[in-house]
Amino acid sequence: MGIVAFIHRMGSPQYFYQVAGRLVPWFGGFCALFLLAGLVGGLVLAPTDYQQGESYRIIFIHVPSAWMSMFIYMVMATAGLLGLVWRVKLAEVIAISSAPIGASFTFIALVTGSLWGKPMWGAWWVWDARLTSELILLFLYLGVIALYGAIEDKRVAARAVAILALVGVVNIPIIHYSVEWWNTLHQPATITKFDKPSIHVSMLIPLLLMALGCKLYYATVVLMRARCEVLERERNSRWVETLPEVAKP
Amino acid sequence: MSQRSLTSAFVLLLRRDLTLAYRRRAELMNPLLFFVLVSSLFPLGIGSNPKLIAAVGPGVIWVAALLAAMLSLDSMFRSDFEDGSLEQFMLSSHPVSILVLAKVFAHWLVTGLPLILVAPLLGVLLALPTEALGVLMLTLVLGTPVLSLIGSVGVALTVGLRRGGVILSLLVLPLYVPVLIFAADAVHTAAQGIPTTAQISFLAGLLALALALAPLATASSLRVSLS
Repeated sequence: MGIVAFIHRMGSPQYFYQVAGRLVPWFGGFCALFLLAGLVGGLVLAPTDYQQGESYRIIFIHVPSAWMSMFIYMVMATAGLLGLVWRVKLAEVIAISSAPIGASFTFIALVTGSLWGKPMWGAWWVWDARLTSELILLFLYLGVIALYGAIEDKRVAARAVAILALVGVVNIPIIHYSVEWWNTLHQPATITKFDKPSIHVSMLIPLLLMALGCKLYYATVVLMRARCEVLERERNSRWVETLPEVAKP
Repeated sequence: MSQRSLTSAFVLLLRRDLTLAYRRRAELMNPLLFFVLVSSLFPLGIGSNPKLIAAVGPGVIWVAALLAAMLSLDSMFRSDFEDGSLEQFMLSSHPVSILVLAKVFAHWLVTGLPLILVAPLLGVLLALPTEALGVLMLTLVLGTPVLSLIGSVGVALTVGLRRGGVILSLLVLPLYVPVLIFAADAVHTAAQGIPTTAQISFLAGLLALALALAPLATASSLRVSLS
C-alpha cells in the first residue's frame, strides 16, 4: 500500500517538484564522492596494464559512459511507455529530460572510444561493431531530441517522442546484431575491446565506482531537468506562482 | 458505409490511393529518377575502374534505394492530412492499423515497385555479375516494403510539422541500417557466387516483424499527430 500511495503522490507535479528538490543535493553529493573515488582509483591507484600501457585507463570513462548510453535509452523508453499507456505525466517529463543526458553519454563514449583507438588501432576511427552501434544510438538520441524540439505543443511532443523511443527500443537489438554481423564479415578480426575473460579487482573496483557515480550523475541531472520541465509545464498553476524562487519581484 | 467489411475497406482505400497516385503521374517518376541519378553519379565520383565499381556497386545501389525511399515517404500521408481525410480514417469503425497497412501498401506499389524493376539496369551499369541481379531484385522485394513500413512511423510522427523533411531523415535513416547491411551484403555475397540464404532469411524476418509492428506504431503516431 505504501509504495502505491507514494507513486500516486509522486504523480502530482507539485509533490514531485519538492521531493526532487530535496533529493538533488544528496544525489549530487554522492555522485561527486563516487566519481572522485573512481577517478583516483582508476587514474592513480590502479596498476598499469601490461599490454596496453597507460592508455587503457580511458576505460574508466569510456565503459561507464557506454553503459549509461544504453541504460538511459531503456529508462527513456520505459518512461515513455508509462506515459503513453497510463498517461503518467511525470513519466513523459522524465523521458524527455533523459534524452539530452543520454546523448551526451553516447557522445562521450564515442569520443573516448576514438581516443582509445588511436594508440591501439593506429586510427581515430575504426568501423568497430560497438563504436558503430554507439554512433547509430547517438543518431537515435538526436532524432528524439529533434522531434521534441520540432513539435510546438510539448504535451503532444512528449507522446510522439515516447512512440519514437519505443520503436527505437525494438530496433536497437536488431541494429546491434546486424552491425556485429556486418563487422565480422567485412573487417579482419580486431583486438576485442574490454571483454577480456577477467579484469583484475584493482581495476574492477574503480570501474564500478565510476559506473555508480555516473548513475548518480544521471539521477541528479535528470531530476534537475525534470524540475525545470515541470515548472515550465505548470507555469500557469497557483502553486508555481507561490514558489519563492519564481515569485515576481 | 459503416457496414462495409474490413477487406472491402482495405481494397477501397488501396484503390483510392492508387487512383490518386495515377492522377499525379509526374510526381511518381521523381524517386525513380533520383535512384538512377544517384547510382550513376558514384562511378563519376570514384573513377571508371570496373573492379572498384563492382566492389562498391551493391552498397551504392542500396544506399540510393534507401534515399529514394526516404524522399518519397513524405507524400504518404501529407495530402490526406491536409484535406482532412486522415481524420476521417481515424473516425472509421475499422482498426486504423489495417487502414494504415493499405496506405503503406499503395505507397509501396507506386514508389517501391518501380525501384525493383529498374534495379537490374543499375546492376549492369555498376558492373554486377549477372548471377547477382536476381539476388539484388530479391533483396529489394523484401527490403523496400520494410523501408516503407518503418518510414510510415516516421511520417506519421512528423506529418503535422511544417518542416518535417529533415527531421524525418534523422528519425528514419538510423532505423534503416539493418536492412542496408543485410541487403547489400547479400548482393555482395551473391556476386562472389556464395549462397545468400542467411541474409535473405534475415531480410524476410525483418519484413515479417515490420509488417506486424509498424502499422500499430504508425496508427498510434497518427493519433498523436492529429490530437
